[in-house]
Amino acid sequence: MELSGAEIIAQFLDDEGVEYLFGYPGGAVLHIYDALLQADKVKHILVRHEQAATHAADGYARSTGRTGVALVTSGPGMTNAVTGIATAYLDSIPLVVITGQVPTGVIGSDAFQEVDSVGISRPCVKHNFLVNDVKDLAETLKKAFYVASTGRPGPVVVDIPKDVTDPNIKIPYSHMPSIEMRSYNPVTKGHPFQIKKALELMLQAKKPVFYTGGGVVLSNASASLCSLVRQLGFPITSTLMGLGAYPSSDEQFLGMLGMHGTYEANMAMHDTDVLIAVGARFDDRVTGHLEKFCPDAKIIHIDIDPSSISKTVKVDIPIVGDVDDVLTTMLEMLKDDSKETSLKVEKSSCDQEIKDWWKQIKVWRKKNCLRYNKKTKTIKPQYVIEKLHEVTKGDAYVTSDVGQHQMFAAQYYGFDEPRRWINSGGLGTMGFGLPAAMGVQLAHLDKPVACVTGEGSIQMNIQELATCMQYQLPIKIINLNNRYLGMVRQWQEFFYEGRYAMSYMDSIPDFVKLAESYGHVGMKIDKTSDVEDALKEAFAMKDKLVFIDFITNREENVYPMIAAGKGQHEMQLAPDSELV
Amino acid sequence: MRHIISILMENESGALSRVAGLFSARAYNIESLTVAPTEDPSLSRMTLVTSGSEEIIEQITKQLNKLVDVVKLNDLNVSGVKHIEREMMLIKVKAPVSARDEIMRLSDIFRGNIIDVTDDAYTVELTGTSDKLNAFIASFDCDSILETVRSGVMGIARGSSSLHL
Ligand SMILES: Cc1ncc(C[n+]2csc(CCOP(=O)(O)OP(=O)(O)O)c2C)c(N)n1
Ligand SMILES: [Mg+2]
Repeated sequence: MELSGAEIIAQFLDDEGVEYLFGYPGGAVLHIYDALLQADKVKHILVRHEQAATHAADGYARSTGRTGVALVTSGPGMTNAVTGIATAYLDSIPLVVITGQVPTGVIGSDAFQEVDSVGISRPCVKHNFLVNDVKDLAETLKKAFYVASTGRPGPVVVDIPKDVTDPNIKIPYSHMPSIEMRSYNPVTKGHPFQIKKALELMLQAKKPVFYTGGGVVLSNASASLCSLVRQLGFPITSTLMGLGAYPSSDEQFLGMLGMHGTYEANMAMHDTDVLIAVGARFDDRVTGHLEKFCPDAKIIHIDIDPSSISKTVKVDIPIVGDVDDVLTTMLEMLKDDSKETSLKVEKSSCDQEIKDWWKQIKVWRKKNCLRYNKKTKTIKPQYVIEKLHEVTKGDAYVTSDVGQHQMFAAQYYGFDEPRRWINSGGLGTMGFGLPAAMGVQLAHLDKPVACVTGEGSIQMNIQELATCMQYQLPIKIINLNNRYLGMVRQWQEFFYEGRYAMSYMDSIPDFVKLAESYGHVGMKIDKTSDVEDALKEAFAMKDKLVFIDFITNREENVYPMIAAGKGQHEMQLAPDSELV
Repeated sequence: MRHIISILMENESGALSRVAGLFSARAYNIESLTVAPTEDPSLSRMTLVTSGSEEIIEQITKQLNKLVDVVKLNDLNVSGVKHIEREMMLIKVKAPVSARDEIMRLSDIFRGNIIDVTDDAYTVELTGTSDKLNAFIASFDCDSILETVRSGVMGIARGSSSLHL
């Protein structure tokens, strides 16, 4: 088959089984767009801003485990996409972003819409490529998909100069089923000796706790994690990124840990003697003050990325490998512990040992740290999320933006399955929620998708309401409207003596009219008693996007909270006056 | 501690900037960095001199290994590895008649070669460890040095162990 560069791209995406391409056209990618008209399978989704293209591809990737793909033009198209690329990078999400570039002959001459895309994206991609010759195009694209989706996943940028896509230059093309790279060989199998050592330590633990992160989701390791944790009877806590990988309704689950984690999770972390970190990276929002982090613990760390191990916290037993692979090996070793792998400690004696630990955890749980007053007239944001869970029977995909509403969603939705909770944890990108929800909805056309957002965040990519109309995406936007940049205001209340510098936004739009002007349904709800009915009504409209503007309690704070510099055991709980 | 890290990487445009970018983004030290293609033109060999605590050096080697263009890497300053290091310098010094004998004598002592001679300046080529090059520089007073250029350190392991594909 003889194809031009532009046709190779279109054909390659079809051959690779790419379902959706999120993009926005421009001069440097016009040949590609023209060729895409001929593509059979890949569907192009026209966003309204390139940042949204990358977030939508990201939402698609997070909710399916497949690689998300975006296409943007050179210069401003590429720079607009950078925030989305960095968002995916910090959460290790597989993306391939194709960026147009000025023709090879003028690169470096400050040509119209020229930026050094490879240079700009270098610090926030797993890898990037500049394709200088159409003969390298197919192989480079194959490498990009391979690198993005294997090992520790991440975004890959492929920068393609316009002349490389010239419709008049045709070369032979055939799809490569796979590719090898001598410089890139991600480890997958954990070392059996290390795994056995870890198991022995775990079976001797008196106060063990599992601390699991986004790596469990990325590695599709939920099933093996659940089997292992249940078999051992250990308590488990999860990071923001790992929520859903272990069902939050399970007895053994302590809730999320970290800055806004539960009392029981953070106390257990502080007192544990054996910490089993699985696909988590000891982020500063999790550890709090490093010197006070898990003072008595021996630490086991399972991660596919060797550079995550002992980066900020020194670990005792590192296991480099794919999380699912390692956990599966652990389960096998536990099963045939009588044979040659024989583990030194009997599991039954271990159960006995940790009884006291569970007793202690139950005492911590009694604090009921997520309690809040449900009888207020003004709407509590926590209440909206609890009702959202009820109305959707816990079966929705929930995306969020960044701020207090994000923490409330994480704390109160109660995710029981992986890939249901879609948020920007690492970069904390306001504006992520709505475009991410588009990618999620496209990947799951029959499922309810909710975007939990705030009146600040939603305005960062509000233009995507038009995309949602064009492609009939029935997302439910849950706007927790506190008329504040709430998370900023909370910090100003706590740490700047209540001086609210620029955390209030004047001129908040009428969201109902705004939604309607795009052709969607808008609702404004300001009484607690109306919350449930509004949600039911909205989710009953299965083919409509509904924007529900919940006017919530203005100065609500997120609790519990570990302030900067504090240890995990120094959490601040909600003041009693808040609780009933 | 000072570490010499040898890196074998794909000879691709941008490979060097990935390494340089990694060091600046993560605030690691670079004392020197040299790079050139190897006998296999698809591969470049880089020698990088850095310093830091054991934890930092461990992170540096892990982060370098993570770069997709890096094929292989060796830290020459780990226990069990003996290595040789060399650096080359070209140094141009003022050479008034009164100083020429002394310059030649010093060059001999340090096993240098005088590779360019004019009426008022000599250029000496010198190879050795960084300390040796420093010592040579120190034997001139500052005013008489017109220019120095150093290659940065290159390193190789002793014996038959080698960094290759
Ligand atoms: C792009 C971006 N800019 C700034 C911030 C800093 N920031 C974090 S939370 C927040 C407030 C968000 O306000 P809103 O969306 O109304 O949510 P709320 O906290 O009120 O629930 C800000 C400004 C950010 N995370 N992302
Ligand atoms: Mg707000």
